[in-house]
Amino acid sequence: MDKIKLTHLKKTFGTQTVLADVSLNVKPGEIFGLIGPSGSGKTTTISTMLGVEKADRGEALVLDTQMPNREILGRIGYMAQSDALYESLTARENLKFFGEMKGVQQKGLATTIEHVSQVVDLQDDLDKRVSGYSGGMKRRLSLAIALLGDPELLILDEPTVGIDPALRRQIWQELQAIRDQQRSVLVTTHVMDEAELTDRVALLIGGRIVEFDRPQVLEQRYQVTKIEDVFLKAEAEVEK
Amino acid sequence: MRTLAIAKRVLKELVRDKRTLALMFIAPVLIMWLMNVMFSANSSTNVKLATVNVNTTVVTNLDKVKHVSVTQLSNHQAKQKLADHKVDGIIRYTNHKYDVTYANTDSSKTALTKQALRSAITGETMTTMATTIQKLQAQLPVAVQAKMGQQHQVTAPQIKNHYRYGDANTNFFAKIIPILMGFFIFFFVFLISGMGLLNERITGTLGRVLATPVRRSEIVFGYMLSYGLLAVIQSTVIVLATIWLLKLQVSGSIISIIAISLLFALVALAFGILMSTLANSEFQMMQFIPLVVVPQVFFSGIIPLDSMASWVQYIGKVLPLTYTGDALSKIVLQGTSITKLGGDILALCIFLVILVFLNIIGLKRYRKV
Repeated sequence: MDKIKLTHLKKTFGTQTVLADVSLNVKPGEIFGLIGPSGSGKTTTISTMLGVEKADRGEALVLDTQMPNREILGRIGYMAQSDALYESLTARENLKFFGEMKGVQQKGLATTIEHVSQVVDLQDDLDKRVSGYSGGMKRRLSLAIALLGDPELLILDEPTVGIDPALRRQIWQELQAIRDQQRSVLVTTHVMDEAELTDRVALLIGGRIVEFDRPQVLEQRYQVTKIEDVFLKAEAEVEK
Repeated sequence: MRTLAIAKRVLKELVRDKRTLALMFIAPVLIMWLMNVMFSANSSTNVKLATVNVNTTVVTNLDKVKHVSVTQLSNHQAKQKLADHKVDGIIRYTNHKYDVTYANTDSSKTALTKQALRSAITGETMTTMATTIQKLQAQLPVAVQAKMGQQHQVTAPQIKNHYRYGDANTNFFAKIIPILMGFFIFFFVFLISGMGLLNERITGTLGRVLATPVRRSEIVFGYMLSYGLLAVIQSTVIVLATIWLLKLQVSGSIISIIAISLLFALVALAFGILMSTLANSEFQMMQFIPLVVVPQVFFSGIIPLDSMASWVQYIGKVLPLTYTGDALSKIVLQGTSITKLGGDILALCIFLVILVFLNIIGLKRYRKV
C-alpha cells in the first residue's frame, strides 16, 4: 500500500489557484523528491498531507487514511521550512516536548532523544539553549525532532538548507537507512544534486505535476545528464 | 498529559524570560505605589488674591481661610499683577457688589476662591449681626440681659467620626485599588499570553505542534493551566504588596481575592489568545491596548456609571473588568463573602466558556482537525 496517495488535488485561496491538479504516490521504502520553483505549491501540497489545509477537490490519503486526520499525525515525522524551535529551551527540552506531543512513550523517550541527536551530530550540545545555536545546528535539531518516534513516514520541507556538505551527506545516509527499513521519506528540495539521490522525483510547476518518475528516466527523456537540466527544460516548456 | 507538557513548557519559557517576569510582578506594585503617593499627597492649592476696595472684615476673613493669602491693592496694581500671573484672582467691591476676576488657569484655585469669598462674606454678615444683637442687648433692662447671658452659654455640639472602612485618611485611591488589581492582572496576562501564542505562530512552533496528534483543546488548556498558575502568583504578590506597602485594609478574605483574580486571569488569557489570532505582528498586538484594554478601565466602576446614559451602562455590562472590579471592590471594601458574589462569578464564567470555545474553534485556522 502507498504511504501517501494524492489524487487530483485542487486548492484555491480566494481567486488564486495554488494547486491545479496534483496526483502522486509515495511507496513504502522510497525516498521521494518533490521539486519545483518557489510558489509552485510545494508547501501547500505538504500542508494538505498534514491536514493543515483541506483540498477543495480530490483526495489525500496518508497511511491509508483520509486527511485531515489528527491521530495519523503521530506516525508522521514533519520538518517545516522554518526551524520552529523554542529558543529559550535547550535542545533536549525541545526534543522532549515534541516527543511528548507526538505521543512517544515516556520510557523510551530518553533513548530516542540520544539516538536522534547522534544522527544529526548534536549529542554534545543537547543541554545548550537553542538561542545560542548556529543556523546549521538549528536545522539539525529541527530534523532530529522530525525523526523522533521512528515515524514510518517522514515529510521534510527543505531539510538540508544551511547544512554543510559533510553533514548533508551524513543526513542523506540516514535517510537512506530509513528507506532501507521500509519507511518512506518525502523531501522537497532546491538542491538539484540532492534530487539525484531520490528514488523518484515529481516536478511541480504552477500547481501541476509536470513530470513524475525516477531521476534517471527523466534525464533520458529530456536527453540531459543532470536533473537540474530536466527542471530547466520542463519549466521552459510549461512557459511556452 | 499533553496539556501538562504544554503548560510546563510555557512556564519554563516564562521563567527564563526574566524581564517579562519582572514586568508582571514588579511593575503593578510600582505603579500602585506611585499612584498611592500621588493620591495621598496633600492636595493644598495655594491661592493668592488681590482685593480692591474691599471691607477689612471680609479681607481678614478671607485671609483666615486656609491656603488663601490676600493683598490689598489699587485697581491698577491688581490688574497688573493678574496679567503678570502674580495673583490668581482679583476681588473688587463697587456699588455694593463684589466683582471677581479669576485667572482660571487652574479650576481648583477658582473653586477655592469662590468658596473662600462666600464664607468670608457670610462671616462678615454674621459679625455684623452679632454686633447689632449686642447693641440691642445693651439697651435691654439688666434682668433680661442676665437671662440672655445664660442662654449664651450653649456650646456647639461635638462631632465624633467613625469609619466602617479605613480611617480619616482613606482617599479615592482606596476605592480604585481593587479595580486596579483586576486591571493589572488583565493587562499583563492579556498581553503576555497573546504575545506568546502570536510568537508561536510567527516562529512556526504552533504549526509544528499542530503537526502532531495534539488536540486543539489541549493547546488551549495547556496555556490556561500555565497562565492560571502565573496569575495566582501574580495576584498574591499584588494583594500582599498592597496590604503591606500601601496599608490597604482588606475587609474580606484574601483567598477570595485570589480566586476571583484567577478566574479573571483565565478570561484575560482566553481573550489575549483570541485577539492574537487577529494580529500579524507584535506591534499589531500592541494596538489592541488602546482599543480593548484601556476602555475597560472607564467602564469598570472607577467612574460611577449609575448616573450615565443607559447605553453606556450596557457597554459596561459586556466588559469582563466590570464584574471583576465589582467583585473585588465588594470583597475589599465591604467584606462580602465570595458566596454572595454569584452574579459576578457567573458572568465571568460565561465570558470564559465562550472565549475558550471560540479559541478551540479558532485554532482550526491552523489545522483542519
